[in-house]
Amino acid sequence: MSRIFIGTFEHEHDIVGVTRESRLRGLRIADVYVPYAVHGLDEAMGLKPSKLPWVCFALGLFGATFKVWFEFWTTASDWPINVGGKPWNSLPAFVPVTFEVMVLFAGVSTVIAFLAGQRMRPGKVAVMPSNRVTDDHFVLVLEQQDASFDEVKVRELFEKYNVIAVEERGGKEER
Amino acid sequence: MLEAREISVPLIGGHKSLAQVTSDVCSAMDRRPTLWWWLAFSIALLALGVGIAATSYQVATGIGTWGLNRTVGWAFDITNFVFWIGIGHAGTLISAILFLLRQRWRTSVNRSAEAMTIFAVICAGIFPLIHMGRPWLAFWMFPYPNYRGPLWVNFRSPLVWDFFAISTYFTISLVFWYIGLIPDCATIRDRSRGWRRKVFGILSLGWDGSYRTWLRYETVYLLLAGLATPLVISVHTIVSWDFATSIIPGWHATIFPPYFVAGAIFSGMAMVLTLMILVRKTMNLQDYITHRHVDVMCKMVLFTSGIVSLSYFTEFFTALYSNNPYEQFTFINRAFGPLGWSYWIMTSCNVLVPQFLWFKAVRRNLVVVFLISILVNVGMWFERFVIIVTSLHRDFLPSSWSTYSPTTIEIATLVGSFGLFFTLFLLFCRILPVIAIGEVKGVLEE
Repeated sequence: MSRIFIGTFEHEHDIVGVTRESRLRGLRIADVYVPYAVHGLDEAMGLKPSKLPWVCFALGLFGATFKVWFEFWTTASDWPINVGGKPWNSLPAFVPVTFEVMVLFAGVSTVIAFLAGQRMRPGKVAVMPSNRVTDDHFVLVLEQQDASFDEVKVRELFEKYNVIAVEERGGKEER
Repeated sequence: MLEAREISVPLIGGHKSLAQVTSDVCSAMDRRPTLWWWLAFSIALLALGVGIAATSYQVATGIGTWGLNRTVGWAFDITNFVFWIGIGHAGTLISAILFLLRQRWRTSVNRSAEAMTIFAVICAGIFPLIHMGRPWLAFWMFPYPNYRGPLWVNFRSPLVWDFFAISTYFTISLVFWYIGLIPDCATIRDRSRGWRRKVFGILSLGWDGSYRTWLRYETVYLLLAGLATPLVISVHTIVSWDFATSIIPGWHATIFPPYFVAGAIFSGMAMVLTLMILVRKTMNLQDYITHRHVDVMCKMVLFTSGIVSLSYFTEFFTALYSNNPYEQFTFINRAFGPLGWSYWIMTSCNVLVPQFLWFKAVRRNLVVVFLISILVNVGMWFERFVIIVTSLHRDFLPSSWSTYSPTTIEIATLVGSFGLFFTLFLLFCRILPVIAIGEVKGVLEE
């Protein structure tokens, strides 16, 4: 049964510092909980950039391609109507709607991909180390992975960064 | 010396701690509504009632209840439509463009500016809908397989472009706003009990503050900002094409897209100022919406006023220099014809009045700023009226010249749209956090 160590901090620079040092010491970071998007934490945690821009790009491209085809098909093929002698394939006139549909597909699909990826849905119960992580606390959760984990050293490390509370929980971290 | 002191003023006043930010913003929602709120809400609700009555009567009777005639086929309704869409644009400017430009002052105002966008687009959408005469058939605008052929919509028409632009703009604005709200909903969930905890628990979608989620969240926010930026420019560009692709003198001009976009941001910024000055006072948020915020927004109003003024001048000059008698006539008629008074209201409110904002003393005087912001919107409403009605009422054939005056129903519908806007905005101030808590915390340590 692995144990977890929960360190609570009060300042942005402390959480970034303690996270970076934990990672450099080879400790296993289960997660970091913060009340706002702290810049520099991704680098401190060693997280890779999100792949969501690819979803955005792919679905945007799909939306635009689909819309150009659809406009061409409806206007020039399925039921061609002569509007003021304009060509059947009025490509320049199709640009505005194509652009709008591209933005719509790219934007909405990115959000859906984000929510699906994070398993976020209405009614999901948030599991957090403390209720105050959405208010003013910064929390680092370390996981003990093997016997080399030195509890005393971890506590010292937390103290170095002005920890205000250290908690130890047995069992698997719930997430 | 002055400059240096200005830069050192913190964005958020009162040396707040993180917990204080949460409690300040949330306590505005916990408190009972003030007497001022009730007064404003009653007036807004009354105006909304007037609007609902007028619209119902108009839908039941037909658009013969409006003052339109064969010559002036677009007037009040399209003026109102363009006006409200324009108001929305400043919200997207603040939430998306200023985000990309890393303007950190936006955090205090972006939530309510985005709300303003959504409510303004709702108000705008009503006008083309009721102008259809048979609004229950509005779904015909959507290209769906039907039993009439299938007869598809005409994708070469700017009116169809407009339909797609407005619906995309509304959807993306709503999604953007909601995404921004999720962490704040979690904050409210974790500090409340009972039904509020339940409702905000559902709204926050199980947000747990994990940094892995934050990182992706930031990516989504950046992507949406990147998409919303060209989107907002495209929306008013397309609105301007409703006019510019026609061959009516006074409408058929290549300057229209940038002119409309600048005008939209000008009027929207003025509306943000109006609302923010009201919100900071009535919701006790003086430390969050500071003089520095008002100052920056005033400068943006001044800047966009410059672009709008230049457009007025360019438009007039191009017409006179064009050697096209119809074009020349339209502009001389616009300024000195029977509806010339509307032209002069427009120029004095949009060109002259904002010039006061050059003075720091004026920018610091909130009462004066408030009055200027209202005058700017009066001027911008008249700008659309001038463009639409003065270009139409005297066309190529003098025998078909006509004039236009609004009926009570039309005026009541305009009043109703303001009622709807303020009712929604006042409700928003009571039930959702008007300041983006999570974002303000991010700029606190600056």
